[in-house]
Order: sequence, then structure tokens, then C-alpha cells
Amino acid sequence: MGEVSFVDVSKRFTLRVDGELHQVQALDRVSFTVRDGEIVALIGPSGCGKTTALRVAMGLDAANAGRVTVDGRAINGCGHDRGMVFQHAELLPWLSAMQNVMFGLEMKGMRGQPLRDTAKKYLDLVGLADSKNRRPHQLSGGMKQRVGIARALAIDPKVLLMDEPFGALDAQTRESLQAELLDIHARTKKTILFVTHDLDEAVLIADRIVVMTHGRVQEIVDVPLTRPRADLSIVRGLPEFNDARYKIWRMLHNEPTVH
Amino acid sequence: MADVADKQSKTAVPPESDAAERRPLPRWAITLTSVAGILVLWEILGRHINPIFGSYPSAIAVAFWELLRTGQLWSALSESLQPFFVGYGLAIVAGIPIGLIVGRFRTAEAAFGIYITAGYAMPLVALVPLLILWLGLGFKVKVAVVFLMSLFPICINTWLGVTAVPKTLIEVGKSFVAPNFVILRRIILPATLPYIMAGIRLAVGRAVVAMVIAEFFTTISGLGAVIINSANNFDTATMFVPIIILMVMAVGLNGLIGWVEHKVAPWQAEIAGRDRE
Repeated sequence: MGEVSFVDVSKRFTLRVDGELHQVQALDRVSFTVRDGEIVALIGPSGCGKTTALRVAMGLDAANAGRVTVDGRAINGCGHDRGMVFQHAELLPWLSAMQNVMFGLEMKGMRGQPLRDTAKKYLDLVGLADSKNRRPHQLSGGMKQRVGIARALAIDPKVLLMDEPFGALDAQTRESLQAELLDIHARTKKTILFVTHDLDEAVLIADRIVVMTHGRVQEIVDVPLTRPRADLSIVRGLPEFNDARYKIWRMLHNEPTVH
Repeated sequence: MADVADKQSKTAVPPESDAAERRPLPRWAITLTSVAGILVLWEILGRHINPIFGSYPSAIAVAFWELLRTGQLWSALSESLQPFFVGYGLAIVAGIPIGLIVGRFRTAEAAFGIYITAGYAMPLVALVPLLILWLGLGFKVKVAVVFLMSLFPICINTWLGVTAVPKTLIEVGKSFVAPNFVILRRIILPATLPYIMAGIRLAVGRAVVAMVIAEFFTTISGLGAVIINSANNFDTATMFVPIIILMVMAVGLNGLIGWVEHKVAPWQAEIAGRDRE
């Protein structure tokens, strides 16, 4: 199981700009649910609160009001039931790819042979078995993010939280990683909540898309594409893909004014 | 999208350099030429100065040989180096954890940071008489002087390094539920290593100065005694021998620390490739 629910989550930040204090309502009563095994994309213009929502779900930021639950239990800080994939992978530069994956597992208390076997298994899953001894700077951007995904998956979380994981990659690498993520999802059946600003990516990968503006959920859209979506180049040509894409594009460009 | 391309190009492999076409002079050759030039210049100019007011390399070399032959140099050196290494070593052992804790915890920073900043500027020479009252004239007071002089640069640098650790790396630790101590040891310590090593390097110079100060103001001993005694006898050439030995020692230690840094933090040199003219 792995069901994540946002229940009336609100989050304020205080910013100091030129000596003046500004209250920013990053999240305003955000509610939605990611069902078990589902992929949900959080999309919206920058500053809409999508990354904040993900950080609250991970436990890196605390909500001012409301709660996030995983399988019905309210989260309290970080936990091994959630695995985070960071925007720029954020691998520890002094550790090899393998040791980076092992780091998360060690924090879960795993030691010895099972530790090495599990790390190897997940590096294999992301296709990096041959590069396991390389340090992060010896890996390309795409490979780094693969390690980041392996590190998060290895602890066997109920939910994978991804913060614009492919945003910093070039187009080709991004496409191959999107396909790979779908493949990993098909094999592991993990619940995935991921943040993106890329409309195509959201439609290609997600089952449902949560459109956010100004800290609020504007709309939740079902993506009418079936799984498996083996060949993404074919998916891109489907009328359903383009309909869904156009529909959300309209939403993002006709956002209601905030009062 | 433009910045996406930029970020990618940073991780790309640099093109083959044209090192084969115009191989630059190796660094050691440049340094050696520089040192040789200075020595020659000193030798020429120094010969024109009254030997009480100055000296020159060949006279110093003769004095060096004399000190070596009589065994004075070895006994003075070993007398000096013992408190030096004990004090300097203790400063490293104490300075790194203090810096880590002060850098990591708000309360510790607010409570103790001020003493580190103030301690760095402490006029230690003025405190030596007091230290003598507490610790006597022997080995202990020398260790204390070296320790106090080299502790603060190590503390300050470590502290500074901790505050410069990218927040996201600490969040990696947090999101995998690493306890505070593990975050400190496995994320903050390695991320801070370059700063720590820089602090240890800065401390070498201060430790050498502290050692000589200690030898001047407590029991006159070691290399400091050689300096004082020969100065009192107007034997300027001999006086220069320990001074030069200490400078050479500091350069050597600096190189050794660089080598150690490369061993304990090999990723650093690979990330922070120095691209200079």
C-alpha cells in the first residue's frame, strides 16, 4: 500500500525583501489524494507552491495547518515510508554511486551483505551496474539522477516523491529517463508524486495531474492514456495526449485572478 | 531552457587540452628558479653588508654545517619539535570538533562563537607570563602556547566551512532520517574537509611562530635558544640557520598537508579543478 493524502494543507513563509517583511501563502488549503500505485504530477507556474507541497509531504517543511497522511497515518517529519528524489540529484560528492545508494539503506539500519546486494540490485534497476564505483562528478547529469532514483527506491518506500527530477537535463536524456521511470513504475508499482513544470512530461507520465496556481489546487485532471505507455514517441502522437495537453495548457493560461 | 544547456555543459568532459603542443614549465622548476635567483641576489648584496647587520647564503651554509657537526642543531631541533607537534596536534584534535559543533548548532554558536573570534585576535605574547605562572617554565607551557596559537584558525575555518555546506546535502540526510550525529559525521564533516585542511595549513605558520615565542619567553631552549644566543654573540649567520630551518619546515609541512588532503578528500581536487593562467 502507499496512499498519500493532503488534507487542507496550508503553509506560510515570511520573506524579508528590502527590509520589509512579506507573508507568502505558499499553500492554501491544498487537498488531494494520490492513490496506491498511481502516478500524480503536480504542475503549475513557478512560485505556485508545487515544490513546497512536495517538501511538506517529505517532512522537510512543516505545514502551518492541515496534514499529510500516508496510508491514513499523519506524517511527522521525514520517514522511510517516503523516498525523495531531488531536483539536482544531490548525491554526496565524496561517495561512489554505489555508496550513495547504500547511504539511504544504512540509515534504515541495513548492514553487511544484504546492504551491498540491495544497493547493487537498485543500481541494476536504473541501468548503472557498470558505473557503481564512479563518483558523482564522473557521472553525467542523467546518470546522477538515475543514482538519485536508485537511492530513493532502494529503501523501498511506500511513496516516491520527485522534485522536478528531470528539469535540469537535456531533452534527449529527459526523454529516456521519462521512459525509464515508467518502466520502473511498471515493475515496482510504486506510488509516485512528482513535481514538474513541463506539461508534456506531466501528461506522458501521470495518471492524474494536479494543477496548482497561487498555492491552491485549481483543478485535478485525469489523463485519458492507458498503461503501459511503452513507446512515448507514439504516445506523443495520440489525440488523447494532445487533448489533455491542450486542456491543461488552457488552464495554466487562463488562471483566475486571486482575491 | 537556456540554463538547462548551461548546466549540462558543466558536467561534460572538457575537450582534450593542447598540452602536447606547448608544455608549460613545471611548477617545481619555476619555484626552484625563483629560489635560486633570490639566493644569488642575496649572496651578491649580502657580501657588501657588515656581517653583524646581515648575512648571506654561503656564510649561513657554513654556520649550518658547524651547528650540524657539533650536534647542536639536532638537539635544538628535537627540543623544539616535541612541544610543537604536541601542541599543534592537540589543536587539530580539539579544533575540528569545536568548529563543527559551533558551526552546526545555533546555541553553541551564540554561546561560544564569540570566544573563538576573540581568541583568534588574542595577543598571546602578552599572556605568556601568566601561562608561566600556571604551567611553569617547561614543556607544558610551550605546548600551551603552540596549542593556543594554532587552535583558533582551525576552529574558525571549520566553523566557516560548516556554514558553507549546501543545505540540500543536509536535507538528503534528513530525508533518509539520518540522526543529527550521523549528519554531522557523514555529511557535514566530509563537506567541510577542504575548509578544515585550509585551517590546518594556516595554523602551521602560527604554530611555528608560537614555538619560537615560547622558547624566547620561557626556558630558553631549542631553536629559539640558538637564535638568541647567536644574536647576543653578534653571530648573525648562525642566527639565520634556525630561522631558515623553521621556514623550510613550514613549507614542508604545508606540502605534507596538501598531500594528506589529496588522500582524504580526493574528490575535492577533481571537482575544484584550478583553471589558471
